[in-house]
Amino acid sequence: MKQFLTALALGASAVFASGAAQAATLDQVKQKGFVQCGVSTGLPGFSNPDEKGEWTGLDVDLCRAVAAAIFDDPAKVRFTPLTAKDRFTALQSGEIDVLSRNSTWTSSRDATQGLNFTATNYYDGQGFLVRKELGVKSAMELNGASVCTQSGTTTELNVADFFRTNNLQYEVVAFQGQEETLKAYESGRCEVFTSDQSQLYALRLKLANKDDHIVLPELISKEPLATAVRQGDDQWFDVVKWVHYAMLNAEEAGVTSKNVQEMLNSPNPDIRRMLGVEGNFGEQLGLTKDWVARIVSKVGNYGEAFDRNVGAGSPLQIERGKNALWTKGGLQYGPPIR
Amino acid sequence: MAITHDGPPAGTPVKASGSIWSNEKTRGWIAQGAIGGLAALLVGVMVWNAQDNLASQRIASGFGFLSQTAGFGINQTLVEYSETSTYARALLVGLLNTLAVAVVGIVFATIFGFLVGIGRLSKNWMVRQVCTAYVEVTRNLPLLFHVLFWYLAVLAAMPPARQSYSIFGEIYINNRGVYIPKLIFGEGSGVGLVALIVAIVGVAILKKWATARQMRTGQPFPVLWTSLALLIGLPFLALAAAGFPVTVEEPALKGFNFAGGARLLPEFAALTIALSIYTGGFIAEIVRAGIKAVSRGQSEAAASLGLKPGLATRLVIIPQALRVMVPPLTSQYLNLTKNSSLAAFIGYPELVQVFAGTTLNQTGQAIEIIAITMGCYLIISLVTSAFMNWYNRRVALVER
Amino acid sequence: MTDATFIPADRPFVRAAMLAPEPPPAAVAGFSGWARANLFSGPFNTLLTLVCAAGAAYVAWVLVDFMALRAVWTGANREACVAPGTGACWPFITARFGQLLYGFYPADQHWRPAAVFFVAVALIAPLLIPSAPHKKLNALLFFVAFPIFAFVMLRGGLFGLRPVETRAWGGLLVTLVVATTGIVASLPLGVLLALGRRSKLPLIRFLSIAFIEFWRGVPLITVLFFATYMLPLFLPSGWTIDGLLRALVGVALFSAAYMAEVVRGGLQAIPKGQYEGAQALGLRYWPMMLLIVLPQALKLVIPGIVNTFIGLFKDTTLVAIVSIFDFLGIIRAGFADPNWATPVTVYTGFAFAGVVYFIFCYGMSRYSRFVEERLDTGHKR
Repeated sequence: MKQFLTALALGASAVFASGAAQAATLDQVKQKGFVQCGVSTGLPGFSNPDEKGEWTGLDVDLCRAVAAAIFDDPAKVRFTPLTAKDRFTALQSGEIDVLSRNSTWTSSRDATQGLNFTATNYYDGQGFLVRKELGVKSAMELNGASVCTQSGTTTELNVADFFRTNNLQYEVVAFQGQEETLKAYESGRCEVFTSDQSQLYALRLKLANKDDHIVLPELISKEPLATAVRQGDDQWFDVVKWVHYAMLNAEEAGVTSKNVQEMLNSPNPDIRRMLGVEGNFGEQLGLTKDWVARIVSKVGNYGEAFDRNVGAGSPLQIERGKNALWTKGGLQYGPPIR
Repeated sequence: MAITHDGPPAGTPVKASGSIWSNEKTRGWIAQGAIGGLAALLVGVMVWNAQDNLASQRIASGFGFLSQTAGFGINQTLVEYSETSTYARALLVGLLNTLAVAVVGIVFATIFGFLVGIGRLSKNWMVRQVCTAYVEVTRNLPLLFHVLFWYLAVLAAMPPARQSYSIFGEIYINNRGVYIPKLIFGEGSGVGLVALIVAIVGVAILKKWATARQMRTGQPFPVLWTSLALLIGLPFLALAAAGFPVTVEEPALKGFNFAGGARLLPEFAALTIALSIYTGGFIAEIVRAGIKAVSRGQSEAAASLGLKPGLATRLVIIPQALRVMVPPLTSQYLNLTKNSSLAAFIGYPELVQVFAGTTLNQTGQAIEIIAITMGCYLIISLVTSAFMNWYNRRVALVER
Repeated sequence: MTDATFIPADRPFVRAAMLAPEPPPAAVAGFSGWARANLFSGPFNTLLTLVCAAGAAYVAWVLVDFMALRAVWTGANREACVAPGTGACWPFITARFGQLLYGFYPADQHWRPAAVFFVAVALIAPLLIPSAPHKKLNALLFFVAFPIFAFVMLRGGLFGLRPVETRAWGGLLVTLVVATTGIVASLPLGVLLALGRRSKLPLIRFLSIAFIEFWRGVPLITVLFFATYMLPLFLPSGWTIDGLLRALVGVALFSAAYMAEVVRGGLQAIPKGQYEGAQALGLRYWPMMLLIVLPQALKLVIPGIVNTFIGLFKDTTLVAIVSIFDFLGIIRAGFADPNWATPVTVYTGFAFAGVVYFIFCYGMSRYSRFVEERLDTGHKR
């Protein structure tokens, strides 16, 4: 009977296999004509399908930028919505080329999950969402609370550490999916909903009366949300990493989607190198000379993407904070293109 | 065409004597060898692939993770457990929580099932219709529907902690669960336990004596009432003699939640209710079929011997019906235990949720963890079937 | 009659004809008599009747009141249903009706699953009606041609049909795809396993028993976990299987084990004489099984197969654990939609899901009982 299983699996794979391999992802992507990008199943601001099924968000824009750099067309991306549980498996098995799904960069994931994190596109930390009517102002007042969290995430471990180190009593209620967790919080099963702070802002929009809930100021962990690629393909790793750095460099140099054409005539040598007027840095990466110009004109620089998706220009209204450029006191620092 | 030939037609297996194909035994061995070989080959390929994949994806393997620190909290633990406990401990906690739901669910499902099953054979038309409706509705809806309904629709409608329903000011029901006073046995309450053991032994002896006496004299003895009196009275007297070293811890509102007392998680309650109602519907059908399988002559014979209807049911009908009911009941009990895995949908921390959910995600060791989880269920299945088979042999008709 | 008309002359008062029977006393006749015997025979019974009647009336009233009397029938968003005291919020269902049927299947392609659905009904209906002709051709079409047709239609990529990823499938479509695939794949597998379990060859028997008992001993959820997280590791590296297909493999293996036990029941019910007769005719194992035993055995276990299908249909709800949105899953996903966040949304969703599941399962169980009764008449011993 097991033969039947293999036969089934083999036959089916012949139909379904999306042709993954250990190396040369860039060539494969060019050949098939699109980037397969793993995103969340729906997190406003980061990766969320709108009513027409178009994906938007900061994580989505990174994938679009990769597509823009390769194909000069940000639409040549296919999105695969993934839960927290199957995201790494999908990357390992070759189902997706890039995982851009608000995943925390940790040493164990880097070492044991068969993937490499490229760059942090959002510096986050774990926070708490509570009802206003409880009158809680700080996480230290949460003694004896029930905490709703998603099971199997770093969130679940952090919350245990936080309450334990501060000698606070708590009860953890863990659910499989983010939506169920939020629903349980909304129904009153827990006082506290905990997740990465950016997600708290995003998920707050999904509550019926979002103004009845506040995000507490404390961050109890470091959550660098990073993009990941499969281990063992350095060229592809470089491409995805440098697409993010290009967006940062563009913002730093003041190159935006509006002025990128004028900037081609800029006398600034940094900008000339970046936009491919001088040198062949894009070709060294396996792309084209004008790769940054493509990214910026089609998707925008990092600041534009941030504002549009999660910042001042979005319903989430998240401050730049730690995600400001290093020149403005933040942590986003793009190594030079030269 | 074939008729004109002397030998077998071309293309069919040669039947000439001496050929290996003519011997059924040889054919059997060849078939077995082929299938066994294929199975072994398949397993080999799978193992080889798995090793290859694990190595290339640098996923850790082996069971070493079991002794690592789990680091996550669990909100219902029947044994000592904290965030610093190991994954092995978390596995034990999950397994015990599975068994807790299964045992409580089985008890209630059996009660529901027997009541409804007997009700379906009632002479009362109304009772019959209501019981039929119960069976049809519960059996024709998915179990997950039952579970989610009880969790999301019923328990979520409970009030928050500060507006709990209170029963006599002792029991509180709110959306965090059911809180009941807890008895705390202080020093010296060991006498009570000793007295309880003595009472249990006493009941066993009493039962034996009463049966013997009835055999000898025909006089029945009220065993049930005497046993109850013994079981409750003796420990009570013993504790009274020790000066009642027992205190009651009452649940009280403290901060956000109730503190103190014993607490039933809403997830536990929803899962248990759903499992017992759903499985109760199936058990009811088994009970009905079992009773109908006892021939009418048995109840008529019992009546003609002068047994009252209640006694006739208890002494004549049920023992014979049980014989038919035990095998299907076993499989329902096993189904209930396996179905407790639906806890994963509502966040009750049992085996699948704690181990195949959280632990799998934290360690990424899919093969080991799913194998252990499946192994646990297989062992539960095997032990339960072994026990029920033993019981079945005991109640089975001894054929001449 | 002739005896009755013989009247001795010396007994003039003997009645010559039968008296018309008196009507039964009012206490046992008509509705009141029936009620007295069946509802109110004694104080305990009366109490039971009243309690049951009150309970039934209450439940019926709550359902009708919520689902019809106080229900809201039209509206564009949550505003329609937030008023206190409203019943079912049906616009919540109608607004996402397409999603409930087809999941996230592209709206302009909805005709494809609809076509598959109608073809399925057209093939299943005559298969289930015992008197309909051409059973063999029909079964061949349903079990061989239809899966291919359905696969091509739903997945696309051939004949100019736009490919639709299985991730976009959902709702009732997925529920039916999983349940049907489970049955179609598990039937042949189950037959082989059942034959294996009754085989005289020890190794084959052992392998079959181990396989059957293993899958029957573990919960479907762990099987789905196995298929989703473990199966990819057993394939050569670089191979991927579609998420839905993984779940289908798990469901097929799981239901094959149950199907094997159903078929085994049928095989055991075939009298030994049938085997001996076939052997006396010189038939070898496979011809004997295929021509004599299996046709009879399978006919006997049709109710069992339908029951397995009902169980499978109910169990498809569990695929939500591996993030496939079946009918119940997609309703549940709707609960999180802030546009429809009202106090009654959850109850509306459950009411609708409950009615749909009940209609499907109850219908199938009635059918299985009908076949059972039909078969019963032919096999009374």
